[in-house]
Amino acid sequence: MSGYRLASGGLVDRTRPVAFTFDGVSYSGFAGDTLASALLASGVSIFGRSFKYHRPRGVLSAGVEEPNALVTAGQGGRAEPNTRATDLFLTPGLVATSQNRWPSLGFDLGAVTALIAPFIPAGFYYKTFFGGPKLWRFFEHFIRRAAGLGPAPRLADPDSYQHRAAFCDVLVVGAGPAGLAAADAAAGAGKRVILCEQDAIVGGALLRDAAEIAGLPGRDWAAAVCARVIAAGGRVLLRTTATGYHDHDLLTLGEKCAEPGEDAPSLSAQRLWRVRASRVVLAPGLVERPLVCPGNDVPGVMLSGAVRTYVQRFGVAPGRRAVVAGCSDDADRTAAALRAAGVEVVATIDYRRGETLDTVKGGNRVSTVIASVGGMTRSFACDTVAMSAGFTPSVQLHMQAGGTLAWHDGCAAFVPATSRQAQVTAGAAAGIEGLAAILASGWAAGGGDVADAPQTRAERHCCHGFAPPPRGARTTAFVDFQNDVTSRDLDLAWREGYRSVEHMKRYTTLGMATDQGKTSNIAGLLQLSRNEGRPAPDIGLTTFRPPFTPVTLGVLAGEDGGLHMAPRRVLRLKAQHDRHHPLWQPLGYWHRPRAYPRDGETLHSAAMREARTVRSNVGLSDVSTLAKFDVQGPDAGAFLELVCATGIAKLAVGRGRYTFMLREDGMVMDDGTVWRLGDARYLLTSSTGGAARMEAHLAYVRGVLAPHMRVAIVEVQEHWAAFAIAGPNARSLVETLACVSAPKHMGCLAVVVAGVECWLLAASYSGERAFELYVPGDVVVPVWEAAEALLHAAGGALYGLEALELLRIEKGHIVIGAEATGRTTPHDLGLGKMLRVSGGYCGAAGLARPMLQAVDRQALVGLEADGEIPEGAMLVRAAGEAPMGHVTSVGSRVLGQGGVALALLAGGPARTGEQWLATSPTRGITVPVRVTAPLFHDPEGTRYRD
Amino acid sequence: MLLINCPHCGPRAQAEFGFERPVETILPVDASTATMVERLYTRTNARGVSAELWRHSHGCRAWLRIDRHVVTHEILCVALWVALWQAPQ
Amino acid sequence: MQRYSAWNLFKHGLRGHKGWQPAWRSPEPKAHYDVVIIGGGGHGLATAYYLAKRHGIRAAVVEKSWIGGGNTGRNTTIVRSNYRLPEMQALLEHALKLWEGLSDELNYNVMFSQRGAIFLGHSDGDMARLAERGDALRCAGIDAELLSRAQVHKLIPLLDISDAARFPIVGGLIQRRGGTARHDAVAWGYARAADALGVDIIQQCEVTGFAIAGGRVTGVETSRGHIGAGRVGIVVAGNSGHVAGLAGLRLPVESHILQAFVTEPVKPMIDTVIMSQSLHCYISQSDKGEIVLGGDPDFYPSYTQRGQPMRIEEVAGQAIGLVPALSKLRMLRGWAGTTDMTCDGSPIFDETPVADLHINGGWCYGGFKATPGSGWLFAEQLATGRVADLARPFGLGRFASGATVDEAGSGPMPHHR
Repeated sequence: MSGYRLASGGLVDRTRPVAFTFDGVSYSGFAGDTLASALLASGVSIFGRSFKYHRPRGVLSAGVEEPNALVTAGQGGRAEPNTRATDLFLTPGLVATSQNRWPSLGFDLGAVTALIAPFIPAGFYYKTFFGGPKLWRFFEHFIRRAAGLGPAPRLADPDSYQHRAAFCDVLVVGAGPAGLAAADAAAGAGKRVILCEQDAIVGGALLRDAAEIAGLPGRDWAAAVCARVIAAGGRVLLRTTATGYHDHDLLTLGEKCAEPGEDAPSLSAQRLWRVRASRVVLAPGLVERPLVCPGNDVPGVMLSGAVRTYVQRFGVAPGRRAVVAGCSDDADRTAAALRAAGVEVVATIDYRRGETLDTVKGGNRVSTVIASVGGMTRSFACDTVAMSAGFTPSVQLHMQAGGTLAWHDGCAAFVPATSRQAQVTAGAAAGIEGLAAILASGWAAGGGDVADAPQTRAERHCCHGFAPPPRGARTTAFVDFQNDVTSRDLDLAWREGYRSVEHMKRYTTLGMATDQGKTSNIAGLLQLSRNEGRPAPDIGLTTFRPPFTPVTLGVLAGEDGGLHMAPRRVLRLKAQHDRHHPLWQPLGYWHRPRAYPRDGETLHSAAMREARTVRSNVGLSDVSTLAKFDVQGPDAGAFLELVCATGIAKLAVGRGRYTFMLREDGMVMDDGTVWRLGDARYLLTSSTGGAARMEAHLAYVRGVLAPHMRVAIVEVQEHWAAFAIAGPNARSLVETLACVSAPKHMGCLAVVVAGVECWLLAASYSGERAFELYVPGDVVVPVWEAAEALLHAAGGALYGLEALELLRIEKGHIVIGAEATGRTTPHDLGLGKMLRVSGGYCGAAGLARPMLQAVDRQALVGLEADGEIPEGAMLVRAAGEAPMGHVTSVGSRVLGQGGVALALLAGGPARTGEQWLATSPTRGITVPVRVTAPLFHDPEGTRYRD
Repeated sequence: MLLINCPHCGPRAQAEFGFERPVETILPVDASTATMVERLYTRTNARGVSAELWRHSHGCRAWLRIDRHVVTHEILCVALWVALWQAPQ
Repeated sequence: MQRYSAWNLFKHGLRGHKGWQPAWRSPEPKAHYDVVIIGGGGHGLATAYYLAKRHGIRAAVVEKSWIGGGNTGRNTTIVRSNYRLPEMQALLEHALKLWEGLSDELNYNVMFSQRGAIFLGHSDGDMARLAERGDALRCAGIDAELLSRAQVHKLIPLLDISDAARFPIVGGLIQRRGGTARHDAVAWGYARAADALGVDIIQQCEVTGFAIAGGRVTGVETSRGHIGAGRVGIVVAGNSGHVAGLAGLRLPVESHILQAFVTEPVKPMIDTVIMSQSLHCYISQSDKGEIVLGGDPDFYPSYTQRGQPMRIEEVAGQAIGLVPALSKLRMLRGWAGTTDMTCDGSPIFDETPVADLHINGGWCYGGFKATPGSGWLFAEQLATGRVADLARPFGLGRFASGATVDEAGSGPMPHHR
């Protein structure tokens, strides 16, 4: 217990206390506090446990780079694990819970791993746990339970998320002094600006170190800039992190509308912005690096700048007796800030003077520091260490955008060099020091004339400098805090040959924790550079990829997650179907009635009744989802001959024909019917599931291969609702309905039903006399209802997809996806006779390849058996032999007994009469089947032909 | 996500467009089998500028020829296919 | 080779792990090798290992960057053999059998974890297709089990199995021997074992051309000079088209981008590899606790190893649809691999028109799972000059003859699959 709230100071609102709990204990902070600052103010030292050794950890930083202080924010479905306490602003009633410890944060049994730490260095798991996959599964079970950080969520997320798109002239990332200056300059020049800032308030470094800018206190200047940006039509987005810099200057921004864990049901919890900008100013600033020495992770050891942030921004003293160890003026500022706040600074350790921080001691809190000061090794009793090994410019977005880097000796880090997109980096991230220079660089980046840049009288202080990694690797000298990667691990990896920076990362897991190496990358690089004896810039960094900070899957999905991941397409006649309580079946994005069971009927018995009604009387079925294309123009017939592999040209007006289309490789792509509605007008139908593919194919042939043709194609899938009327009594029903003499088989006719102009097509899919009525979708209801009234009067039945299947299987009609697998040619499917002899259709050249003409290919046959045939079963001659085909669709004889099926079988129709086995090992069924022609009902077609 | 400057519609997000194929794989309907095998089943696939056929499928639905660098994703030119069209050989 | 074992780990631990030797050497290239393998990914290193182990040939592996840095390190680590077509089944089952003994074979724990791989079915139609696949597998002697909805739920309790789900789960097909492996370890393990058998692994050595005399390859030109070779194997994943192009060859390959990403780690929540028959999304959880997610490729040619954000967003939406509890987890890190997309979705094993120049590539987005088998078969090909039996269906001639191996049935356009 050593942090405390200072009596005054800071930017928190002391008039607005905020109550919250951490591990079940009630605390209170102020509006403007982060969870970290409020807990520090309450004297809490331990925030979490590390990943591997379960070491107690406090707070290292005051920002998004935090590796240690991870908590689960919120509860129930809103619980957000692995939330950085430093990046979580207090909301009333926040429930925060520590992670990766059992039974409690203070006493964690997992910490026993520290005892075996000498035997489990980096990559130890590659060297042991042998003995086969079963043994590994056994060990792995325990490893998995020990790994992971936060608790696995179990509940659905009650929050909603949004995606938003925006465009701007200038997007400014980071509202510190440089970003603000850039936004100000751009807005002043009349540009539309979006300024995004991951913090809850603008100001960046000004929140920590007050300074006067343009004659105003820094924070007032910042507020004035924001007002000017908004007045110029721009936007200021707070709690918004630029997470990714993608191609062509598209950036994704993650905005937190609610804090993690906050109960905010009426809002979108988060938004994902996609911003396309003409110019992007990156002003993300710096991340401070920890010193690497044994014990550098003991609670109470913090980054120097973070200590100053807690004191000056949050009015919190992180401890009572501090040691400050650093390598630039910046550490001196921290020491001064601590002293001003009444915290005793027991020692300053200055790497510029050759002094070093050697060891930090302490268990749950720092107790002693051992340092080399003035040539002597000295020990200092303290409870807090403020440390700095220098600052790393945040170059992640610059690199994501394809920019290159250059080594900056002063920072001992990389800074942006060249850009490939419209990005420019300004301020400290560009390696610039001193507030005046930073403001000038921002102003220039925003398009302003440097002479007009906002002025400051702030003293120039040097933050450049670096502390080299210590020699002699030690077990508890942490480089990557969260993943417990020590400097010893890095040396081991190098010794074992993992010497590329990527190998080092992957072997040791350096930089792969949730902080993505923000604090550890450069330290790792410097150590590798020393081991290799090569300069760091020659070694380079691992690639940075989005996101800059982690973003929830919820916001990535936006409105399109979960239930809304894909549209649901609803039939025009849904209400009419619902009156008969159908079973619905998903078919692509559609749902179609599968059967209309009556009292006590199963799916199968209902489908059998419906199919029998079609065979014996009359049935009505909604087939609206079929793909349909209206093809018009003088060249319409010639165009269709390019697409369809069957003859089209000789089709007379008022007639239709079955047709199919091939892919360019000669495989059957789709099938349907084509109708000549007029001299220069055709209607083409094809399968529901292939609608989008067929649309693209027609457009391709039309637009790319035949742009000279005088033909227009309109996709009319949803313009026309359609229903089939099938059965021996279909003709009389249709004639009553349409008051016409019904067309002959494959004839078509314009009719008027219930005052609506429709097309009546005489086509049979079921094998009975049948008609399809195409009705404009918006007026289909009265037509359907008229048809349905006649149907019921005739004792007919509605029939669904299942009955349709039974009927078409008996007729041997193929279905795309079942019989036409995308690997089947027209010959395979028994359609070879229908191919246009003159050729000239898409796919003819592909189909001519020798292996597609071979006789032993799998081809369509029928199967019959006494009982049911298992769908998908393999066809074998005898048990244990290799399959030579499979069952593609199964049904039962509608009017007779026994099972029938369609199948693809090597050798095809030549095997008619042979006995095979349909075997399904996964279902434990084997059924003897007899090969037949794929036609089980009315082979001569007498029931529908004229 | 690419920004594609459709000659009809102006600059639009790639999400509105669909890649169809490299221009070199466009096959006339009446091609010979040998031509078909060559066109459909081999690619230059160079690490450089690729001449491609795209469609503004969720926009004006025009077919576009786009010359695009496949290493940098830089788009060098976008043209209406119909304006460039010659009967395929 | 220094033996890895728990006992040695303990012994070295007592000495501060100072005694571990490099897992592989960094040799200078020699003037000539019997075989030069281009590409130091998992497949290339496995080829070198089996070439040395089974055929006694000490090859050189030349890698333009660092070993395992291509698609070996950029995938979702899924291993399975439950394909539909017999040619693919035989190829991948051979690989899967090798996976089962790989850690011990290499004395390097590649963490091959047979946690099971499930295809979810969302309709009776899906289930019929899954049954067909399962039956085909079982007839080929490969494990496959149909699962009811309740059985799927028991294995993955966090799945949304309600009827209200956008794509309700009806059942599934599991391959229990399928699972995941630690991808980097596969490259490193093969590299270490190959090195121990005398293979020269030459990193930072980019092939810039081929030496060809009389229609026969005689060596490779590299950024580190000419290396003579009796036979050369190209095993370069997403760059097959580029490297073959250096020899003047055109392949049935387009390079596309496939992305994947992980969330921040959490305690165990998903034990099985989840795939879907209708959705383009696959989900597993790594030993570290990260949820590993992948989906469709980006659908246009690219060598960038940089994907478009909307693909990630789509995968996130589908994953939440399947496992609603994923919504509050955060995407931590994404990556993208450049994949060789072939014109039938299947790999290529063949000798090129240049004699003694062989190629193994075109693995599309499914190469990781094949790593040991691919190496085994290509080693045989490079040793004998003849394509191995299991690899014979995957020759370049299949496109002209029409004997393509089109698992997805989606034809010659790579982005249609």
